[in-house]
Amino acid sequence: MKFIDEFRDPAKARALLASIGNLAAQLQRERPLHLMEVCGGHTHSIFRYGIEQVLPRNIEMVHGPGCPVCVLPMGRVDDCVALAEHPNVIFTTFGDAMRVPGSRKSLLQARAEGADVRMVYSPEDALKIARDNPGREVVFFALGFETTMPPTALTVLRAAEEGIENFSVFCNHITIIPTIKAILDSPDIRLDGFLGPGHVSMVIGSAPYEFICRHYRKPLVISGFEPLDILHSVYLLLKQITEGRCEVENQYRRVVPDAGNTAALEAVQRVFELREFFEWRGLGSIDHSGVRLRGAFARFDAEKRFSLPNLKIADPKSCQCGEVLKGAIKPWQCKVFGTACTPKTPLGSLMVSSEGACAAMHNYGRMDLIRARELQKERE
Amino acid sequence: MCVGIPGQIVEIVDAASDTAVVEICGVRRAVNIACVVSDERNHAQCVGEWVLIHVGFAMSRLDPLEAQKTLELLRELGEMEEKLSTIAEREGRASGQLEEESP
Ligand code: SF4
Repeated sequence: MKFIDEFRDPAKARALLASIGNLAAQLQRERPLHLMEVCGGHTHSIFRYGIEQVLPRNIEMVHGPGCPVCVLPMGRVDDCVALAEHPNVIFTTFGDAMRVPGSRKSLLQARAEGADVRMVYSPEDALKIARDNPGREVVFFALGFETTMPPTALTVLRAAEEGIENFSVFCNHITIIPTIKAILDSPDIRLDGFLGPGHVSMVIGSAPYEFICRHYRKPLVISGFEPLDILHSVYLLLKQITEGRCEVENQYRRVVPDAGNTAALEAVQRVFELREFFEWRGLGSIDHSGVRLRGAFARFDAEKRFSLPNLKIADPKSCQCGEVLKGAIKPWQCKVFGTACTPKTPLGSLMVSSEGACAAMHNYGRMDLIRARELQKERE
Repeated sequence: MCVGIPGQIVEIVDAASDTAVVEICGVRRAVNIACVVSDERNHAQCVGEWVLIHVGFAMSRLDPLEAQKTLELLRELGEMEEKLSTIAEREGRASGQLEEESP
């Protein structure tokens, strides 16, 4: 397919790997280089194409928190279930969020018990359901980083324009920059560089990342999602590191303009404002990391329209999602990985979405390979 | 959710609501193109453009020139690598330890 197949060419991948190998051989350091991919889309590609296995030993990928489904705290899932169980509500959601476990049940279980939960592909589909069902309250479960924020904003603007009265948004949108900052400030993480999230960047542009280089002295390369994109970005990061440079580079120029997307940012500005803080699963509360609807759009805000339990609920004790999210341990090192926690029976949310590190590792069966490599390293 | 799909705009359905028909892997569906129209590029001028689609919205224009440039860079890198490894072989040195690692 156009714009995809060209970026999967094995010959070019081999050449890139050779270049990466040469640069990696020049690295003189005691511990392996830790590169974090922030975005869940990258995590998925890295596992799908087995990129970790072909990288030189002294380069390790750390799978970051960039999967919006995976960082959703249990209390928010419970709020969703409470909304969905409201007798007059049609609760609309992206498919990814259906199986995230809440403290009592997931949305899928709520639907099995009779709640009207419908999967939608786009927030506009949810608005259409509201138009078609004037007697019912339609709630759209909005989640995602800056990539999916503009579609939600444009849909709210459309609803306001049309004067639709029975549509509201349960807003769980989160922002990438405060999250990266929280990771960099966390004492138990040592990172050497970042693969920047390609699709968040097409909205926000490349300038917001500058502080990572300036203040934290870490390089960041905005990367596409095909195997060649990821290898190319790893190569560019290594080149910066071996040359002692530290910059924001844009590998994904075919999609990401340096200035971002003005129309999208404008819609986001009009509809959303920053929350003082937002709770993340495994990472705790992060200042200014979420947005809510502005007061002018209060009538489309499900949090204002309905009363919600809004409880803070601790993750099950056996879950180590937080440590995996921060890269402190590998998914398979979690005590319940593959036993009590599998994609069919997820305990933690990293096992739910295919963009979660645990599910990706489980689905693509790379566990044995990685474990073997890890054992070998211990022996060496 | 964060992985977008490329598609080609084939027809504008309704400019007022920014609705267009986009062909994605041979399947046609309605997509909102509000984020890719601009003062410089109106609805009609978007027809034929490739865009990246997330949750039913075209979020960015795919730039064929930039795609070409990236591929060209990768090709040059490959050629350089080949040259380096022939030189290295000629001098009887190993050209990197990577080969043994790939499956
Ligand atoms: S295996 Fe399950 S519980 Fe453990 S970190 Fe992964 S998702 Fe969380």
